Amino acid sequence: MPLTTQPITINVGPQHPSTHGVFRMRVTFDGEEVIDVEPIFGYLHRGSEKLAESRTYTQVVTLTDRLDYVASMTNNMSYILSVEQLAGIEPTPRGVWLRMIAAELQRIASHLVATGFFLQDLGALGTPLIFTMREREQILELFERLCGARITNSYMRPGGVFMDAPDDFWPALDRFLSDMPHHVDEYEGLISGNEIVAARCDGVAVVDSQTLIDASVTGPMLRASGVDWDLRHRQPYEYYNRVKFNRPLATASDNYARYMVRIHEIRESLGIIRQCIEQIEPGPVRPETVPALIRPPVGDSYVGTECPKGELGFYLVSDGGVAPYRCKVRAPSFINLTLLREMLIGDKLADMFVTFGSIDINMGEVDR
Amino acid sequence: MVYGVGLARGMGVTLKTLIGPAFTVQYPDRRVGLIGAARAYGISTPGLIFKRPIKAMRAVLGLERIDVRPAQAARFRGNEFTWYEDRCTGCASCAKYCPLGIIKIVTLPGGTNVQEGESYALDTFEIDTGRCMFCALCVEACPYDALHMGSNFERANYQRMGLVLSKRDLVNQPKHPSTWYRPQMELLDYSPFADELDDFKQAGRHETPSVERLTRRWVEDRRTSEVNEADEAVED
Repeated sequence: MPLTTQPITINVGPQHPSTHGVFRMRVTFDGEEVIDVEPIFGYLHRGSEKLAESRTYTQVVTLTDRLDYVASMTNNMSYILSVEQLAGIEPTPRGVWLRMIAAELQRIASHLVATGFFLQDLGALGTPLIFTMREREQILELFERLCGARITNSYMRPGGVFMDAPDDFWPALDRFLSDMPHHVDEYEGLISGNEIVAARCDGVAVVDSQTLIDASVTGPMLRASGVDWDLRHRQPYEYYNRVKFNRPLATASDNYARYMVRIHEIRESLGIIRQCIEQIEPGPVRPETVPALIRPPVGDSYVGTECPKGELGFYLVSDGGVAPYRCKVRAPSFINLTLLREMLIGDKLADMFVTFGSIDINMGEVDR
Repeated sequence: MVYGVGLARGMGVTLKTLIGPAFTVQYPDRRVGLIGAARAYGISTPGLIFKRPIKAMRAVLGLERIDVRPAQAARFRGNEFTWYEDRCTGCASCAKYCPLGIIKIVTLPGGTNVQEGESYALDTFEIDTGRCMFCALCVEACPYDALHMGSNFERANYQRMGLVLSKRDLVNQPKHPSTWYRPQMELLDYSPFADELDDFKQAGRHETPSVERLTRRWVEDRRTSEVNEADEAVED
């Protein structure tokens, strides 16, 4: 006769170091096994969508920095593309190439954070996180050269970027591109073949691809289940149809597969940046015709972009005024989090945070 | 596959980092030895020993600390703003562009020639940096290059009111403008951390054009007369 235990309910968060922000889970355990999870969020709600209605189209760029604050550049790009579609602004080629370089650098930085904290949750306190933060620091220094800020960049403007890259940016970028593959090898040497990581992650929190598609999950989480869905390839925006890149896929759909997809995407992003540097040409970074106060015609626009965490898109509605009538953010973190309950049920307490880390969410984007 | 190979490889990576160069940056100060202290104070090592023996003793014991300034980019959007009063016309473009509305400007009908749009007399010019998010849209909006971002970041304060930059603070503080959205400064080989631009004419763009520049503008580039002055300053 098996021993039964009484279920116990524990509140995890909102002030918990492993919840990556102010996230709360009401978890019911049977012994060490999770039998029910109720995610509770909204602690970081700042009303960004409502605030956008009282700001001009240029001023909203500063709000998008603060949604997913480890991937500001991709947030900027997604918003700017939506504004350009709404107002019919044609960006200049150099501006677009600079935006792509910045976005791919930001993708590397975001994946480094995801990888580092995923291993931190696994129990590898220190080493992998410090390794990834070291390289992220180099990217943030590149951003500082480019736009004067490290996290809240506000680099992009409708029609391009605010200012051309300085002269000292390009040698620093070349240095980074030549160093980074060795560092990725270092992470792989440290983590990829490690038996402890494999024992803890293989076959944990497996979700089949149909469930992921039904929940409209996007990004590395979907690609780790074998679904070849990358908006850079499927619906090319910017100049992504002029660069060649592979789309890393995994079929296991477990925590280890999600980690491997991210590591390989870092390598692909490095290749994209190299191709951007080859193809970039001199010219203005912003068309002169874009007015300081943009008044788009009445209408709406949505451009889905492949952000580090999944599909991010801004749905903008214009009533012809200087501020958006409505600004809806399709936040990948929020939608990827909806499967948390299905992923955690049946897992052990120790694997709970690993799974949570492998989803790679950001509370700034979940609560907005 | 033999169990434990991955672990051994991981330990190898860790060991390589152990003997490799450190990437830690000490801030706000770091310990220096005798030679390092002498270099920091700008005198020779024997000079330090004989002229400032106490400092030399402390350096030998490893107690001497020197200030460290972390490496920053020239475009770094710093905490304190740089503002040139002579250039500001009180048009309040910066206040209109600020997403948070933290720039307070009060103007009086002053100046010598208000009818011709020369200037207003500025009564109040305040920036509440306690609420500022350093997006620098105000700098982008300034049509006269009067407002620049600063390059400092050590602005901790005990009182919230101490974070409000009044007109007097802005006039009196040392001026190390950032090159953010000021391309003319990047061409000048100017570093915000070494140089001080007290004179607004040094900050570029609106200075009196030289004879050569005027010649080039009006004689050689006559066909492209639509080039606006901003681009002219960039090319210079």
